[in-house]
Amino acid sequence: MLIHALKQIGRLSLEILSSMGRALRLLSSALIRRPDHRNIPLVIRQIYQLGVLSILIIVCSGFAIGAVLALQGYTQLVRVGSESALGLGVALVLVMEIGPVVSALLFAGRAGSAVTAEIGLMKATEQLASMEMIGVDPITRIIAPRFWGGFIVLPLLALMFSVVGIWAGSLVAVDWLGVYSGSFWSVMEQGVNFFDHVIKGIIKSIVFGFVVIWISLYQGYDSLPTSEGLSTATTNTVVFSSVWILVLDFFLTLMMFEL
Amino acid sequence: MQSLKIEVLVGVFLLLSLLCLGFLAVKVSGFSLGKSNDRYLLYAHFEQVGGLTVRSKVAISGVEIGQVLAIEYDQKTMNAKVTLEIDSSISSMPIDSTASILTEGLLGSKYISISLGAEDQALSGGDEIFDTQSAVILEELIGKFLIEQF
Repeated sequence: MLIHALKQIGRLSLEILSSMGRALRLLSSALIRRPDHRNIPLVIRQIYQLGVLSILIIVCSGFAIGAVLALQGYTQLVRVGSESALGLGVALVLVMEIGPVVSALLFAGRAGSAVTAEIGLMKATEQLASMEMIGVDPITRIIAPRFWGGFIVLPLLALMFSVVGIWAGSLVAVDWLGVYSGSFWSVMEQGVNFFDHVIKGIIKSIVFGFVVIWISLYQGYDSLPTSEGLSTATTNTVVFSSVWILVLDFFLTLMMFEL
Repeated sequence: MQSLKIEVLVGVFLLLSLLCLGFLAVKVSGFSLGKSNDRYLLYAHFEQVGGLTVRSKVAISGVEIGQVLAIEYDQKTMNAKVTLEIDSSISSMPIDSTASILTEGLLGSKYISISLGAEDQALSGGDEIFDTQSAVILEELIGKFLIEQF
């Protein structure tokens, strides 16, 4: 009985370790390649797939969240008569937290799962194997462009998310609730610092982009070549990405915004 | 044709996101380059700086003319030494001007207000403002008030 339990623990930890190893090997082999200018069109294609096609969901969500932040903030701030700080509140929350985190979550759901499904299906239908057979390296041809595409795209999407959110916040606060637009923007401008807040938000989304696209690629590349394996892999991408984003967000905040 | 369309859309996407960065930098965080080029430094000693922080504003008649560059404890004079960075377009402040630490509103942030003196000679880079008024600490005021009461 005890031996059995120990065996289970041992097997589980070995599995976790070996999958971590495979993930690292995939990442390092995708990164450590001789750069090839012929692959740039592939990266551009991925920026289109992962970035341009995600703009709609990012803009819609950013708009909704910015509007909600302004509404919620207004109802609280107006009680202490400091609704002029609303712009500052909306901008800080969006730039430092919600922008990077929510856009990464959306990116994991919209683009990460697509990458996993695509690569998993390529594997299941043995396209990756046949590529190798004809002497084309699937890592350089398939994995690396997707990695760079996702890595480049997420910080840009997060920037868009924040800007659209702030704009929506100003629509709700200034045009609808009647907060004075001068104080809305000037308090924001005074309170938000480019290096302290904006850059740190961008660093967060760079880390998230790296983690999400890595998880997506690995889950697809490592999936079982069955329909069940594919569905597990896609689910894992979204679940692992989301959990990692939120956990990393806490530690990044702890590290960057000194207490 | 297809790849041209994709490339154009990717280009638009990249430009848009750069515009967003620009918006965040200029409109949201008030970031501007080359601001510190045409500025000169002044020094002032205060007994008590209260809640004054680096990058607090420096103002004449409420108009911002510079910012606080550094606050440090001066071992020789045994009080706080504040370095002010003043816009070089403000060039004719008399040397007997007064620097005082005030609060914006009741609960606002601290800033330095300069009231102009009457001398002909003007302050220039590296000079010190001798006449200073420290920050008012609300707790100290309340403490004094209570002592006077009893």
